[in-house]
Amino acid sequence: MSSENTHHSAALSAEAHARFAREVAKYPDDQKQSAVMACLSIAQQEQGYVSAESERVIAELLGMAPMAVHEVTTFYNMYNQHPVGKFKINVCTNLPCQLRNGQGALMHLVKTLGIEVGETTADGVFTVQPGECMGACADAPVLLVNDRTMCSYMSNDKLDQLVAGLRSVKE
Amino acid sequence: MSMNLQQVLSQFQTTAVETCFHDRHIGPQILAGLDGKNWSLQDYVARGGYQALRKILGQDGSAPNPETGVAGMTQDQVIATVKESGLRGRGGAGFPTGLKWSFMPRQFPGQKYLVCNSDEGEPGTCKDREILQHNPHIVIEGMAIAAYAMGISVGYNYIHGEIFQTYERFEAALEEARAAGFLGDHIMGSNFSFQLHAAHGFGAYICGEETALLESLEGKKGQPRFKPPFPASFGLYGKPTTINNTETFAAVPWIIRNGGQAYLECGKPNNGGTKIFSVSGDVERPGNYEIPMGTPFSKLLELAGGVRKGRQLKAVIPGGSSAPVLPANVIMDCTMDYDSIAKAGSMLGSGAVIVMDDSRCMVKSLQRLSYFYMHESCGQCTPCREGTGWLWRMVDRIERGEGRESDLALLDNVAENIMGRTICALGDAAAMPVRGMIKHFRHEFEHHITHKTCMVPAYV
Repeated sequence: MSSENTHHSAALSAEAHARFAREVAKYPDDQKQSAVMACLSIAQQEQGYVSAESERVIAELLGMAPMAVHEVTTFYNMYNQHPVGKFKINVCTNLPCQLRNGQGALMHLVKTLGIEVGETTADGVFTVQPGECMGACADAPVLLVNDRTMCSYMSNDKLDQLVAGLRSVKE
Repeated sequence: MSMNLQQVLSQFQTTAVETCFHDRHIGPQILAGLDGKNWSLQDYVARGGYQALRKILGQDGSAPNPETGVAGMTQDQVIATVKESGLRGRGGAGFPTGLKWSFMPRQFPGQKYLVCNSDEGEPGTCKDREILQHNPHIVIEGMAIAAYAMGISVGYNYIHGEIFQTYERFEAALEEARAAGFLGDHIMGSNFSFQLHAAHGFGAYICGEETALLESLEGKKGQPRFKPPFPASFGLYGKPTTINNTETFAAVPWIIRNGGQAYLECGKPNNGGTKIFSVSGDVERPGNYEIPMGTPFSKLLELAGGVRKGRQLKAVIPGGSSAPVLPANVIMDCTMDYDSIAKAGSMLGSGAVIVMDDSRCMVKSLQRLSYFYMHESCGQCTPCREGTGWLWRMVDRIERGEGRESDLALLDNVAENIMGRTICALGDAAAMPVRGMIKHFRHEFEHHITHKTCMVPAYV
């Protein structure tokens, strides 16, 4: 990411900073770094991805080297290292889900949206990615919307309803 | 009709009626009486919740302890009770819980920590999510009892990042417990203080490994530590730490209320209590089933509605994806407990039972599992980092009809060279399914290699 991009990313809100403080308070004073996972996910929730600027702000807050924060961002699968669609959908395709059409659900979704797995629709509304075990194997097929909401028993009909529903969302 | 985002998504949330709030548990202790609405502290107390914590702290109105002259239980008595119960770690290793607690250096002068491993990501496992979502206070009470027994004043519950709604539920339960005085300073007026917080992962299977979890909790990459030293001497922030699985903590209040012997008698010798089995795959009713340890597999299959669409049972992975697969005739003779499954050549693991019917191709199934382990290897140890990719590439080419005759021997050789040669168990976890599949279903792999096609093309 170029430094130019870094300069142009929006600043994190006061609300995000208040949530950071709440996470930091869970840990000993000399172990603020423990809050990095939560802080990065809060930044992502607000901005859609983890920008270099967010990493820098969080590094300063927690007394970490920016590279140590970046190491965390790049190690864990759910952090978006680049902007994604308005709705990021991760469909579990691990074996227990595959046995109940998890892979089929993923393929139905990308076909419906006219994209390949991992891509974002041209209008920037949907990004579809495969996912690993979400710990909801009895609800298969399952998917996650924007990291935080799990949807269960996603038959093709329900997938169509979900896509239509998300398209019609009023802010 | 326009809806906001929450309204749209709420249409697709599980109610857990099919997987948890059914009447097909047998003698449940952890999932008993839950309906999805009664998760709060008030409901938990109405079910007898926090009675065990009251009991150990001498706040339940019982007579003074004859040994100590004061009411309540001593730390030694709590640990002895848990030892007597035969409770073994529900996260996968099956290590005796009371013994683990006795390893904690209680007299250590500095800070000690208690950690709950709720990073439930072993494919097939979906029990801790339902415990935390629908009965969070049973975990809080179990952790408070453990903290008392080991003289620990601070704990963390590290929750799988993919179940964020459950993380938020647990945080809400923590607030309730603090407000009611079951957590915090001088709990119920005693000298016992315990602060408990929730943390979350964000998509890394490896963090279910206890030392990787500690690294992650310290705000680092989740790469496992070399052992020894074990967490009991060098854990979170280098301090003595005890880590147990969610379901393990959830079993503790019942044991304290009813006694270790009563818990042991719920199961079978060396395999005390009830266990929650997550049944997934080709069954009519996938879900969680809390049943006594030692229940026949055939009974569990029946509770789950039997094999889907009236098909024949082909194979079962009995303890999460890392456990070697067992063919139908072997698993049908097993009881669901650590010893019976181990004797059959696999492991009970986390109690995740993945059922496969006779339409399933074992090569394709292994292909997906091998991809998972390659994807989730943390990259720290060469045999795992390189070996998991090697395993996947070979199984993948066999599945695609490009396998070579020498591949089966090579697969076995690579698996052999991963096992026991890595810092943590992920390497073994990647190798064991490969060896199990080839051991029991070698003819399917040979067919793929020789005929370049699948024996069971109906895989749907």
